Amino acid sequence: MSKALAFINDKRVRDVFYQAALLIGLAALLVYFIRNASQNMVQAGIASGFDFLWRTSGIEVPFVLTNYTQSDNILSLFWAGVANTLLVTAIALVLATALGFLIGIARLSSIWLVQAIAGAYVEFVRNIPLLFFVLFWYFGVIAALPAPRASLSVFGVAFLNNRGLTIPLPDAGANFKYAFIAIAISCLLHWLFLRWAKRRKEQTGQDAPVLRVGLVLLLLVPVLALAWATLATRWDIPVLRGFNYRGGFVVIPEFVALLAALVTYTAGFIAEIVRGGIQSVPHGQIEASSALGLRPGQTLRLVTIPQALRVMTPPMTNQYLNVLKNSSFGAAIAYPDVVSLFMGSALNNTGQAIEIIAMTLAVYLVIGLAVSAFMNWYNARIALVTR
Amino acid sequence: MKTITLAAALFAAGTLAASAQQLAPSPTLDAIKARGHLECGVHLGLPGFSFANDKGEWTGLDVDYCRALAAAVLGDATKVKYTPTSVQQRWPILQSGQVDVLSRNSTITFSRNATLGLNFQGINFYEGQTFIVRKKANVKSAEELDGASVCVAAGSTEEKNAADWFRERNLKVTITNFQKNDDAITAYDSGRCDAYTAGVGALAGQRAKLKVPDDHVILTKPISNDPQGPVTRYGDERWQLIVRWVLNGTIAAEMLGVTSKNVDEMKASSKNTEVRRLLGAEGGFGAMMGLPDDWMYKAIKQVGNYGESYERTVGMGSPLKLERGQNQLWTKGGLLFTPPFQ
Repeated sequence: MSKALAFINDKRVRDVFYQAALLIGLAALLVYFIRNASQNMVQAGIASGFDFLWRTSGIEVPFVLTNYTQSDNILSLFWAGVANTLLVTAIALVLATALGFLIGIARLSSIWLVQAIAGAYVEFVRNIPLLFFVLFWYFGVIAALPAPRASLSVFGVAFLNNRGLTIPLPDAGANFKYAFIAIAISCLLHWLFLRWAKRRKEQTGQDAPVLRVGLVLLLLVPVLALAWATLATRWDIPVLRGFNYRGGFVVIPEFVALLAALVTYTAGFIAEIVRGGIQSVPHGQIEASSALGLRPGQTLRLVTIPQALRVMTPPMTNQYLNVLKNSSFGAAIAYPDVVSLFMGSALNNTGQAIEIIAMTLAVYLVIGLAVSAFMNWYNARIALVTR
Repeated sequence: MKTITLAAALFAAGTLAASAQQLAPSPTLDAIKARGHLECGVHLGLPGFSFANDKGEWTGLDVDYCRALAAAVLGDATKVKYTPTSVQQRWPILQSGQVDVLSRNSTITFSRNATLGLNFQGINFYEGQTFIVRKKANVKSAEELDGASVCVAAGSTEEKNAADWFRERNLKVTITNFQKNDDAITAYDSGRCDAYTAGVGALAGQRAKLKVPDDHVILTKPISNDPQGPVTRYGDERWQLIVRWVLNGTIAAEMLGVTSKNVDEMKASSKNTEVRRLLGAEGGFGAMMGLPDDWMYKAIKQVGNYGESYERTVGMGSPLKLERGQNQLWTKGGLLFTPPFQ
């Protein structure tokens, strides 16, 4: 008897049992909630299920990256919204990181004025709600730009007015495809060259012409490729007709305003992370590297930054996730992101709140987890290897 | 033994007496009576329809309906709590039971009726969608808006209507969808759009929100029919009955010439049986729905008939100065109609 039941006293068995019980309980609760909600909705006569995704959307979207049109179904509208969310998030991430680094380093500047301006910026940004930024940029941008008839012309091919920036669009993209392939090959060559140069330096101590090769492969080749593609392509140049310019692609002011708000806001937080990361590197490290004869630039690049990055990466992940979530503020200024299009227009047309909110939630969850996974991978890669 | 028989007899009689007045249960009506006020969902702020003035008092055509309903149900038109709702909030707020009725300038459509679990209880305003444009753009009709940018509230019928209408005519417009009507108007006013689109009545009210209202003109020819009226949830048929017939009652009162001024006199001395039934002088109509018999008397006395409400809120007695048009009684060339109080 006691032998047969001995496993009850095994701590591992019991731990597994408790966890399994908790999991089953949670799953049962979830099933109960879903069943309860769907029963109540049926009783209240509210449509449920995902059939609505295949109904015609009928909603006009002013800024589309996918090939969505008004006569497509609601699922296409959803993807159009997701694409717009991804676009503004991706560009904001890059720009906010760049601006944040700049301000963070400026805060550590030995010049008092630079330091004071950067410090004031950080304090200002951190104490203002994001919605204010979004609205400020939006109405600021619209108010600052002229009406279509008084557009600012950029070499007669692109036009800036309060309806957005109208840029020419290539009639066919084939030449650009070749150009981008050429640029990709050139980047790959540059990467291989750097590896080779590094190995040679380690083995023989000889320097390679890194700067010159870099200029050719990363600057000259792309410029030439793009110039060739631009000249070899027929362009759809916008022309002023009636109310506004026709033709081309319009970068809407909502996009610009949301991007500017996300970048200027997030940069304030990233600046603090950068400053904290750099300051966390013990001073002895810098003294030791100069004792070894490294120049200040080399010290920053080879000693300070690699160690600062380790401290900075986890909080940066938080900021990147914030940018993704904050992009939903676009709904406040009619930027057609997934919240505005799907949770706004589509939800109102179909009334299927639970399904639509769950799908929107899943979008943020999936993108957020992907960003986290990437940052965790990066964090593991740069982590201090201890033996 | 005798007492038991007597008690049983009394109980039976009592049950029978009670069953004679038995009405279908109405949890909504019971809840309103218990809490002492009506919960009414209205627009965030639309002059002429539902708008809170600087003293916080709500006025407007849609608000007047809520007041008439409160007067009919509770005997006091002031016993209403208004919940301002955006385009996005309006359906969930009604579906979830936060409000008893929605009187909010919302278009009656098939798919809303069929999929939202909501019933539209009649029409208190025949609306038609149109555009407001700057005078200097020199636009006379919507057809001339080719190439224009149009601001609209996301999720409204106008959003889809406009997209369909321009597409059918092969006209290219850029539609920018804002979450709130007010955001769309502000964006239009700041030059983001060439036009803002909404109903004729809504535009007449919203025009006042522009910086210089006189610089703008509302296109006269509507591109759609957007009938609007009070909305209730599925279920609770007796409450739906009350909501429907209070609206009918205000229209019937205008038909029958009953106004807030002459309602006492009409109730006391009118020979017209429909007037007498409407005002509770005979017929016991209120009791059939579980209301006092003077339900419509209270509503007319305190709020007035449909015509009075119209003139005061959106008609000639208001800054909107809207003609009756389709919202005139059918006997006078409009579309307004009510089934008989019989």
